Amino acid sequence: MSKLKVGNTEFTSRLFTGTGKFSSSLLMEEALLASGSELVTVALKRVDANDSSDDILSHLRHSHIQLLPNTSGVRTAKEAVFAAELAREAMETNLLKLEIHPDPKYLLPDPIETLNATEELAKRGFTVFPYIHADPVLCKRLEDAGTAAVMPLGSPIGSNKGVKTREFIEIIVEQSNVPVVVDAGIGAPSHAAEAMELGADAVLVNTAIAVSENPVQMAEAFKLAVEAGRMAYEAKLAKSSNKAEASSPLTSFLDA
Amino acid sequence: MNNRFNIDNLNWDEVKASIYNKTALDVEQALSKDRRDLEDFKALISPAAEPYLEQMAQLSQGLTQKRFGKTLQMYIPLYLSNECQNICTYCGFSLDVKIPRKTLSDEEILEEVKVIKGLGYDHVLIVTGEANKTVGVEYFKNAIRLIKPYFSHIAIEVQPLEVDDYKELIDEGLNTVLVYQETYREEDYKKHHPKGRKSNFQYRLETHDRLGEAGIHKMGLGVLIGLEDWRVDSFFCAAHLNYLERKFWQTKYTVSFPRLRPCAGGIELKSVMTDRQLLQLICAYRIFNEEVELSLSTRESENFRNNVISLGITSISADSKTDPGGYANPNANLEQFEIDDNRPTSEFVKVIKEKGYDPVFKDWDPVLQ
Repeated sequence: MSKLKVGNTEFTSRLFTGTGKFSSSLLMEEALLASGSELVTVALKRVDANDSSDDILSHLRHSHIQLLPNTSGVRTAKEAVFAAELAREAMETNLLKLEIHPDPKYLLPDPIETLNATEELAKRGFTVFPYIHADPVLCKRLEDAGTAAVMPLGSPIGSNKGVKTREFIEIIVEQSNVPVVVDAGIGAPSHAAEAMELGADAVLVNTAIAVSENPVQMAEAFKLAVEAGRMAYEAKLAKSSNKAEASSPLTSFLDA
Repeated sequence: MNNRFNIDNLNWDEVKASIYNKTALDVEQALSKDRRDLEDFKALISPAAEPYLEQMAQLSQGLTQKRFGKTLQMYIPLYLSNECQNICTYCGFSLDVKIPRKTLSDEEILEEVKVIKGLGYDHVLIVTGEANKTVGVEYFKNAIRLIKPYFSHIAIEVQPLEVDDYKELIDEGLNTVLVYQETYREEDYKKHHPKGRKSNFQYRLETHDRLGEAGIHKMGLGVLIGLEDWRVDSFFCAAHLNYLERKFWQTKYTVSFPRLRPCAGGIELKSVMTDRQLLQLICAYRIFNEEVELSLSTRESENFRNNVISLGITSISADSKTDPGGYANPNANLEQFEIDDNRPTSEFVKVIKEKGYDPVFKDWDPVLQ
């Protein structure tokens, strides 16, 4: 399996994970270790970065894990840039998951504010991972704005409904010059494998692992599914068809 | 924006009849849908849904975990004043109740903050009575400014204010405002609130619109359960929530369940709600609205609280004092109401963890607004 490169950072694991919704920070740590994930997103609002004994951060201190601070809670580009600067200072990383969802009900991303913020953050030297709708045109606009990756949603965040945006993810993968990370809605390992088979460069999973009865085992299941999906993509899937191939009934007259 | 919430098109008696006429089939349909509307909510709170409580609890638990995870947001109330110019028949702070009145000074507020911070809290709820001259916008601004350095999230539960007042408080760092209509039954509202500014039903009803116009981040709704038929009042509250979600789509919402208890010397309750019914209401809200936050206070018993934390509730207080100054210098004579669950925070946190939930103390940041 090939390695994934986003900006200047290389990843062996193509499973990115979240840190919310776990029943304890210890269980979160165990699950993240089982997932093999090397990029873990943390909500700025959930941590006290000035406190070295912060419960979440102290469970994420592993040499193979990089933090991906996210801006969850901001509603505008301006707020996002402000939060990003604080996150960079507090967590000492240029990586940033840009989340601007002014709608607190379905947490759907605002494309306009996200594009504006990406442009500004890229200028300021951030490696931006914007969370967006599966909108192929927006992806190209984000590339122009200097994004490091795009993170189209599979279905509404936390919904566990799978890759409902499949048709658009396929277009995005086909057109993209930056890594495509399918984020949100991935509720089962089979969904993750599906996204990887489509050619996504990585997936981000949180709820499906955190809320499972056994988060550690589920994390490992996702690890295997992401690897399987990627291997299948790299090995090139055989074409599928419901019918047997007919033996040239329409063109056989040419041979006569 | 002149179109604000009103209940002109909702008739109390018709709504009541409609709720009580819901059938088992209505309940089953509501339970099997993916998205529920207000008619489904009626079915879920109706007597017809009572035999389905176990099924509702299981559904509510799953939906809550999906959205909020196995976490519980912790908060604590901070009573700053028990002065009040209103007469409310059910309230310990009512003007006609003979208790000593107290409004905390800056020094006293900071003493309270010190105790609360020692318990670990980072989300605080400021509570006062309604005394506009001594405890008005300037007092709130000062209080928020004072405590802001110590908390990630500040909520208030005080008298309804004007749009510009709210804007000023938001600029100081206010995140959330809770205003309960108490009852949506207009014809009886005045009987419960005979004197004071609070007796203006429509002004209170439009408070959430004013909050939305001011751009508040989160607002809370609720009814005082027991004043009127809890089912009908809860339906009106759900309808209010539905209206607000469509109009102010960038705002977060939270619903609380303050329940009056029958008590000596207190008012006669029109509607006594049992624990089973309160659980039914909590689950009905969750099944109706998967995203709304649901909050529970220390009015409820240890046993009830221990068990409902995994069934739909997403934020909860503990260790609360309802007398101004009560954390540093307790004085039961100043209380609004007697709390039921007196356990210290550390003990309640232990119960939450044993239930497989993570008690979250910080889930907001002063950088956000």
